[in-house]
Amino acid sequence: MAQDDDSPMLEMRGITKRFPGVLANDSIDLTVRSGEVHTLLGENGAGKSTLMKILFGLYQPDEGDIRLNGESVKIVSPSFAIEHGIGMIHQHFMLVPTLTVAENVALGTRSTRWPLTDPAVVSERVSEISERFGLAIDPSVEVWKLAVGERQRVEIIKALYREAKLLVLDEPTAVLTPQEVDEFFEILSGMRDSGHGLIFISHKLREVVAISDEITVLRNGRVTGHTTPGESDRHQLAELMVGREVSLAPDRPPVDVGEPRLVIKGLSATSDRGTLAIDNLNLEVRAGEVVGIAGVSGNGQRELAEVVAGLRPAKQGSVVQINGVDAVGAGARTTRQAGLAYVPEERMRDGAIGEFTVSENLVLIDHGSKQFSSRGLLRFAEIKRHCRQLVDQFKVKTPGLDTSTSTLSGGNIQKLILARELASGPTVLLAAQPTRGVDIGAAEYIHQQIIAQRNLGTAALVISEDLDELLAISDRIAVMFEGRIMGIVAAEIATREGLGLMMAGVAEGSPA
Amino acid sequence: MHRLVSAAVPLMAALAAFACAAVILVALGASPVDGFRAIFSGAFGSVDRLSVTAVRAAPLILVGAGISISFRASVINIGGEGQIIAGALLSTVVALAFPDLPRPVLLPMVLVAGLVGGGIWGAIPGALKAYASVNEILSTIMLNIVAVQFMNFMLRSPLIDPLEIERGTRIPQTERLSDNAALPTLIGGTRLHLGVVVAIVAAIGAYVLLWRTPLGFRLRAVGHSPDAARAAGIPVKRSIVTALALSGSLAGLAGAILVFGSEGQRMVTDGSAAGFTGSAGFNGIVAALFGGLHPLWTIPSAYVFGGLITGANHLQRVLQVPAALAVTLNGIVVMFVVSSSNVRERMSSLLQARSEFRESESTIASEEVVSS
Repeated sequence: MAQDDDSPMLEMRGITKRFPGVLANDSIDLTVRSGEVHTLLGENGAGKSTLMKILFGLYQPDEGDIRLNGESVKIVSPSFAIEHGIGMIHQHFMLVPTLTVAENVALGTRSTRWPLTDPAVVSERVSEISERFGLAIDPSVEVWKLAVGERQRVEIIKALYREAKLLVLDEPTAVLTPQEVDEFFEILSGMRDSGHGLIFISHKLREVVAISDEITVLRNGRVTGHTTPGESDRHQLAELMVGREVSLAPDRPPVDVGEPRLVIKGLSATSDRGTLAIDNLNLEVRAGEVVGIAGVSGNGQRELAEVVAGLRPAKQGSVVQINGVDAVGAGARTTRQAGLAYVPEERMRDGAIGEFTVSENLVLIDHGSKQFSSRGLLRFAEIKRHCRQLVDQFKVKTPGLDTSTSTLSGGNIQKLILARELASGPTVLLAAQPTRGVDIGAAEYIHQQIIAQRNLGTAALVISEDLDELLAISDRIAVMFEGRIMGIVAAEIATREGLGLMMAGVAEGSPA
Repeated sequence: MHRLVSAAVPLMAALAAFACAAVILVALGASPVDGFRAIFSGAFGSVDRLSVTAVRAAPLILVGAGISISFRASVINIGGEGQIIAGALLSTVVALAFPDLPRPVLLPMVLVAGLVGGGIWGAIPGALKAYASVNEILSTIMLNIVAVQFMNFMLRSPLIDPLEIERGTRIPQTERLSDNAALPTLIGGTRLHLGVVVAIVAAIGAYVLLWRTPLGFRLRAVGHSPDAARAAGIPVKRSIVTALALSGSLAGLAGAILVFGSEGQRMVTDGSAAGFTGSAGFNGIVAALFGGLHPLWTIPSAYVFGGLITGANHLQRVLQVPAALAVTLNGIVVMFVVSSSNVRERMSSLLQARSEFRESESTIASEEVVSS
């Protein structure tokens, strides 16, 4: 490949991709130079993944031109992309857990001693790459023994082993603690300095500002801005992304905190695999406060939410009370009657039924109440009236009440769930990952609704992996690590660093 | 688009089945044209044939409507045969116990007994699935076998016609049951009896239940997503039992109709399930699949299948082809229809995925318009 020093590593010009009825990419330009971290910023559906699939040869553009090092190419397949030095680090790792790092790296590559394998050669090269970029990965260890952050580094090694010069990183920080993010950014800096080009896909504005050299903002299939961290701050980036002004932190007027509504004492519970997921956990959430639960995923947050919702049994002696009503193993009906509203983490699994219509999902809980049924028959007129009102009130954007829910965007499905849960006038709100995968506009709205509930005197427990979210909406933040609360900090005095250390299980915070 | 595909695929399957049947007819030395004409005239050729077909269709409608309920709740019920038998047995016992009750009392009683008998036989695998995680496909099939043996036992000793013992013939059948329990004929000179009306009303009832009542709402919610249903406070396990019990009770009603709409007005066994049910417990599943698991569409679909059965019997008599051909034709159609429902599912999920993508992108687009 003729390396022309003046021409950028990648030039995508006027890329247009149409799907039936949709313009997914509308004449997009993207230029990535060697030694640069180029962020692609945009909400779900903005066209980022379509563009990257075109770059990786999974889609063919309808119009436009792709140049690699000044040379016009037609990327016909992923293998073509890999041959031409493009590497993709997927959000979900593509690793075989029972194989070693070296074996995973060697998968799909041609051995130097074909048809025999060449483990020694692979291991040596993996060590070399690992050392060069400070990845600290032992090639002989099985992948299942590695932590999430390390697995991600194995993915990077896989790409570098295949001599990728241009790496696409699809939301790589979603699975990392703040400290791990810092380490990860050091690795990226090292790769940048060695002349790699990096395309960083993210919607976490803080990280985008921290790592990027160039930022291209996409909205609705079009480039809406091209900027650098020096020129734009987080608020301006959010505006470019959403197309209007957004408030990243909702107003939180002071509210008198009342009596404890959710009381958790000595809670221990197991995960689905039977391992101890929650270990003697104590927590109180009082009327009129938002308590955030921070932590790296897999430290018992999911189990905590399920126990509080009455869906998961707990060990003997565990106490979970919602307004004085025992919730442990009580079932969702009991906890809801006790005043709980539950916004589950997996919204399409536990929160809503994709095949059901919008109105069916809105009455999923109360369909049997006197309001919506009489003499064994559903009262459709009343259901329609109620749902129409909820859809309007909670700004759920849907073509109609009879629309299949699965066709709505993630943000609108989340608003639908929130509308249903808040309609009953709860006194305790449990929301797990309320804005994960939700566009900024909807996230902003959801945050406002949670704060509005708090202002009404609801006790809110919000579980999130997004520290910025918790810092913005919480009154107190509790950090979960290995099933325990490492510490609880008042949000005003909480720092990302302090929380991050607790998330890694390092320091016990002082109770606030 | 979806509707067009849903309608076209089973029709294509039927055509393909007929093409296969034509090949077999030719191989047997019969003209396919004559053959199909015989099937059609046998099934729908006269008022008499139409009413015979309707009588054959009634159990298929009931089993099919029941299947629609259980499949909508994501519970597979292959136990129609056993549930038919259970319903028939209980209704027979009731008729034997109260032979002198007047018809307006006894007839409803035997029909309800059919519902109850089938319902119990359906609730057993439902409870096993809900509370002991026993696969319902296996347990319903096993319970078919249990039901057949139980029927054979009951008809050989406790319920056997005393005359059969006296004469020493010991044919496993009951005595002639009370005429007050007989399903009255609707049109004089034909076989068309009230059971057909009962079946249609029950199918409409199944539709109302699924889409107009809180109970049906819960069953469908559990069928689509047990997790979401559970998180919403819907009792998932109880719903599974309910779905299988309801499904079984409609099959049990079919059993009562088979007994009290029969010419002999008695329950009789040849030792096999099909000898009593005419395989309605299985053919009803096919009728339901052909009807898109919708109780109302199951009515015409079951009628077509009833026609196929009566028509194939007629074909055998008219063209003097082997009796096995009737069963073979039935089997071929079943095979094509069942695989067509798979094809239809895949095609419509493909279409849905495409339109979902379009709609999700356009929802985002409309949000942009609203917010800017």
